[in-house]
Amino acid sequence: MSILVNKNTRVVVQGITGKEGSFHATQCKAYGTKVVAGVTPGKAGQEVEGIPVFNTVADAVKKTEADTSLIFVPPPFCADAILEAADAGIKLVICITEGIPVNDMVKVKRALRGRDVRLIGPNCPGVITVDEAKIGIMPGFIHKKGVVGVVSRSGTLTYEAVHQLSTLGLGETTCVGIGGDPVNGTGFVDVLPLFEKDPETQAIVMIGEIGGDAEEKAAEFVKKNVKKPVVSFIAGITAPPGRRMGHAGAIISGGKGTASEKMKTLEAAGVTVVKNPAEIGEAVKRALGR
Amino acid sequence: MNVHEFQAKSLFAQFGVPVPRGKEITSPEAATAWATELNTPVFVVKAQIHAGGRGKAGGVKITKDKAAVAGFAKELIGKTLVTHQTGPKGRQVHRLLMEEGANIAKELYLSILVDRETGWPTFIASTEGGMEIEEVAAKTPEKIIKEPIDPAVGFQGYNGRNIAFALGLQNIEPTAMNPFIKMLGNLYRLFMEKNCALVEINPLIITKEKTVVALDGKVSFDDNGLFKHEDVQKMRDLNEEEPLEIEATANNLNYVKLDGNIGCMVNGAGLAMATMDVIKLAGSEPANFLDVGGGATKETVAAGFRILLKDPNVKGIFINIFGGIVRCERIAHGVIEAAKEVKINVPLVVRLQGTNAEEGRKLLADSGLKLDVANDLWEAAQKIVKLTGKAA
Repeated sequence: MSILVNKNTRVVVQGITGKEGSFHATQCKAYGTKVVAGVTPGKAGQEVEGIPVFNTVADAVKKTEADTSLIFVPPPFCADAILEAADAGIKLVICITEGIPVNDMVKVKRALRGRDVRLIGPNCPGVITVDEAKIGIMPGFIHKKGVVGVVSRSGTLTYEAVHQLSTLGLGETTCVGIGGDPVNGTGFVDVLPLFEKDPETQAIVMIGEIGGDAEEKAAEFVKKNVKKPVVSFIAGITAPPGRRMGHAGAIISGGKGTASEKMKTLEAAGVTVVKNPAEIGEAVKRALGR
Repeated sequence: MNVHEFQAKSLFAQFGVPVPRGKEITSPEAATAWATELNTPVFVVKAQIHAGGRGKAGGVKITKDKAAVAGFAKELIGKTLVTHQTGPKGRQVHRLLMEEGANIAKELYLSILVDRETGWPTFIASTEGGMEIEEVAAKTPEKIIKEPIDPAVGFQGYNGRNIAFALGLQNIEPTAMNPFIKMLGNLYRLFMEKNCALVEINPLIITKEKTVVALDGKVSFDDNGLFKHEDVQKMRDLNEEEPLEIEATANNLNYVKLDGNIGCMVNGAGLAMATMDVIKLAGSEPANFLDVGGGATKETVAAGFRILLKDPNVKGIFINIFGGIVRCERIAHGVIEAAKEVKINVPLVVRLQGTNAEEGRKLLADSGLKLDVANDLWEAAQKIVKLTGKAA
């Protein structure tokens, strides 16, 4: 078992003929992911590493039964691409693109409300179910099949945590990057119940950062609904207020969204909070009694 | 990106949000000329810097004497203002906003931003105009009015009525009701059309003449939306930005200057923040946030070195790279090449992990460069802190 994606997931890559799109589509396919189609308007009939390219997502879905989309389209055209995927009947949209205007995401999020589609991202590394499907830009080889579910707002920091889990022999089930933007499709509170229900996942690692209140909401959810051990690291204890730390969403504004406040709230909810990101793996190991 | 008050107000005017008649002034002569043209009983001269608290710091002058404005302009231009938002170094004033005074009957607070919880643009209003809104929210949360706007249909009349009645405008000044609601709609349009991150009017006033006027104005823009607006890009004032941050942006690097003495260079924003945190845990303070991005190359590493070394506070450099798609031995080559171009005269610790980390570490160790190589994050942080000495 796993969450969100598995070996049967059929992926269409939007923006597949671009530099990023073609490189990562190839990498995903090499990992074993069923990459069944690509989309670039006007390039139907071409192939990228044996993956057929279509003009529209609707065509790709019709011809290949793709159910999941992976988006590498540049920021100005991304809202369009997400909505196109949703309209074509795609059930899971994973958007890697960084730099989408917040107001575009405001409209997209509103348009997806009430529809049978889940958006992951934008500005995220994607989703990987170890040894089954890699749908994103994460390095596949650092992952080892195991028992820990990972959900994170960050990219390379997630790899850091995964590396520790793999090195310690704990391994991962599924790793979900929810992205660093202020308005995104899926939050911690959407992913946590999936991990709680997944029989293979024995512990959860949650990596947050400054800005917003997603971690506080997650704490509330964990307190009420999660029985499995949760280990968390929150990046940005040293970040000054009012400055955007790389991610559009990583900003302390109006005195809210500080790392220490988030850590306190999570600890009060029974989450194991580590202050040192080098100790995430060890903390999980202890939590699992290994 | 932030802009000055005079720029915010010119946008307000463009979108039909009433503002006092005013103009950007950069010399005493221009102040005198504009005073003559304004021909008003009260003149207001306001220093333009990207920070609040200007009034208390002496950056706002009010006078009835037309002849006095030149003197105020002379005093303020070139002056360094220290407010609670500028930090101890303060900010030098290069330009002024000079406008007509207003007869204030009532001060209100109004802003609009995207509520991250709902993902909807949301108005925040309060009867406590002219106060720090964070303080109002903390002490008297019942005085904060929130009105979310459905982005599918945009601002509706009922949104405006909800805000107006909650503020008690019917009791304050019933004739201001309709102009106020109309102004809210215009403000929403400005917020969405120009990709704003925040529009704040504090205070928004009801005048004794029963009009609604934005007496102050703060607008910041979503950096991701700037590509849509050439007019907004032109409003950028480099005087208000940290020179090293300007240089970083020009090199496609994400850099924020901080006050510590360990320079860090990291790939990825989350890991960059975590690296800063680890430095603090190890007993020192980071000099900066620097994300060289997922595709760190020789060029980006070299640019990163140049920027870090221009900061006189930097006593050591910590490079932390988690190689994913980018292979560590290529990063190692980048560091070696860049170190040849840029003279590095401070201790350097390089931590490589991920794809081909071992080859990368070996390359660095054999390069003849004076540096320490590490594979573990905590070990690396302790090393660089030891080499630079703990923070005072």
